[in-house]
Amino acid sequence: MSNVKEILLNPIFNNNPIGLQILGICSALAVTTQMSVAAVMCIALTVVCAFSNFFISLIRARIPSSIRIIVQMTIIASLVIVVDQILGAVAYDISKQLTVFVGLIITNCIVMGRAEAFAMQNPPGLSFLDGLGNGLGYSAVLMSVAAIREFFGSGSLFGVEVLPLVTQGGWYTPMGLMLLPPSAFFIIGLLIWALRAWKKDQVEAPEYQIGQHTAMSHS
Amino acid sequence: MSLRSFMDGLEPHFHKGGKYERYYAIYEMVDTIFYTPGKVTVGQSHVRDAVDMKRVMTTVWWCAFFPMLAGMYMVGHNAIEATLALGAPPLEGLRGTVVSLIAGYNPDSIWHCLVYGAVFYVPIYAVTFVVGGIWEVLFAVKRGHEVNEGFFVTSILFSLTLPATIPLWQVALGISFGVVVGKEIFGGTGKNFLNPALTGRAFLYFAYPAQISGDAVWTAVDGYSGATALGLAAAGGVESVMAEGITWMDAFLGNIQGSVGEVSTLAIFIGGAILITTRVASWRIMAGVMLGMMLTSTLFNLIGSDSNPMFAMTWQWHLVLGGFAFGMVYMATDPVSAAMTDTGRWSYGILIGVMCVLIRVVNPAFPEGMMLAILFANLFAPLFDWSVVRANVRRRLARV
Repeated sequence: MSNVKEILLNPIFNNNPIGLQILGICSALAVTTQMSVAAVMCIALTVVCAFSNFFISLIRARIPSSIRIIVQMTIIASLVIVVDQILGAVAYDISKQLTVFVGLIITNCIVMGRAEAFAMQNPPGLSFLDGLGNGLGYSAVLMSVAAIREFFGSGSLFGVEVLPLVTQGGWYTPMGLMLLPPSAFFIIGLLIWALRAWKKDQVEAPEYQIGQHTAMSHS
Repeated sequence: MSLRSFMDGLEPHFHKGGKYERYYAIYEMVDTIFYTPGKVTVGQSHVRDAVDMKRVMTTVWWCAFFPMLAGMYMVGHNAIEATLALGAPPLEGLRGTVVSLIAGYNPDSIWHCLVYGAVFYVPIYAVTFVVGGIWEVLFAVKRGHEVNEGFFVTSILFSLTLPATIPLWQVALGISFGVVVGKEIFGGTGKNFLNPALTGRAFLYFAYPAQISGDAVWTAVDGYSGATALGLAAAGGVESVMAEGITWMDAFLGNIQGSVGEVSTLAIFIGGAILITTRVASWRIMAGVMLGMMLTSTLFNLIGSDSNPMFAMTWQWHLVLGGFAFGMVYMATDPVSAAMTDTGRWSYGILIGVMCVLIRVVNPAFPEGMMLAILFANLFAPLFDWSVVRANVRRRLARV
């Protein structure tokens, strides 16, 4: 049982797809100005990741190795189309705001990566949990980034006003940078810094050693 | 007891195993403020020089006083004239008290103008220094490196790129971003690839554009609105600058609106001349920036445009308007984020000049391009150096 728990929970902090593997950054930049939009994106990606892992794992013994990427893509693309259609029917406004980014889940490195790295070698049940766990890990980072961006950039959380804005007679001057995509880079960078300060084993070994400063001695 | 023996008596406490081992960086900072470090270079170093980083950095710091004083005077002068023209009430609060205690509101008095400018600029610099200094010391203690004099330069240059009316909490945020994200996360002075002062300013520029650009922020009087000369030029070309009664000489001397340090090209050149004669700043970078700017603006002059008046702006005007001169002399020449090889410095400088004019002339979103041009070129500086070194290796290999 501990194995199951590990597969599900490890990707959240210990092996986070964004934090440790630095995958799936593109959508993290694009859809995190508002928490509600980010939440829908997280659900969409988690569902696609879990089910694509499940289905790929089901037929993994029958996929010829030479065309496996194409087969994986077909499955992922079908799932993305399903999700896109459902979003269009249920949450039309938000799917408008997500524009192409739902469609781009097809090329999301996390979904492809988990299919290739996990689902091709493991049974369907575990693969499903792995997809779910990685989706949750992605969601954890995305929701944190969106929370910071929406809080400082618009003074609200999930569209509910927390800091009254100057423009509406309050005191908070919104930080415009937070509404621009580069801010997500800074925030993800700072989050990774915090994560690695907390879990030291995630710190990568330096690729090279910077030489000592020139030797000094008292004259 | 002399200060020296007092400091020496304290020193063992800060060494390894001492009571305050963790705070060695602070001891070192205080010690080297009062005394020249008694350390010499030994071992496998290739270059030996009597000048150390402390001397280099403090030279730049002193040279930045020329544009600072000129800027404070101009801020005061413009503001007092605007006050009189508007019939606005004198300053309130602490600022007003200081001005009425030691000066007054006479636009012809150099002292009155300086004091008026100082009550706006000095708080900005104080906040920059204190907040940035706290970050600097925090990282020095935590990471075990020295508190570096580079911060003197970063702090004064950062504060000089701001308008006089900027809210102080924004100053604090900007310098925090500049020091932490622009420098310390890469390992501190010498390891940063962006100019920390400009990184901080860029942060403010995109985070709070209303307080650092536009028409309302340049004159330190409430309710007075006036664009910078470069803003006027962006809207209607040099003609609309002239229509405001601003001559080229006004812009050169600094009698225009703008950030505190950027207005007086003359003061900047005096500081620049000292930097070049003492060989603290690279003349190649400055020459490259100048050359790139002249070539690109002349090219635009030749192309011409019916709809965009900036095409017709000559290089003489590009030189004196906006932050071009300040960026060329003080920002582009930052030894850490600029290119290190001589050929690299030329290319790096030219890239800045070209980009600055490109942004000013053909980008409709930003009237000023110097800050972004320098940050852009900072990213390319290592590539220039790498190419120069590779070319050198290839040339010498051919000789073998």
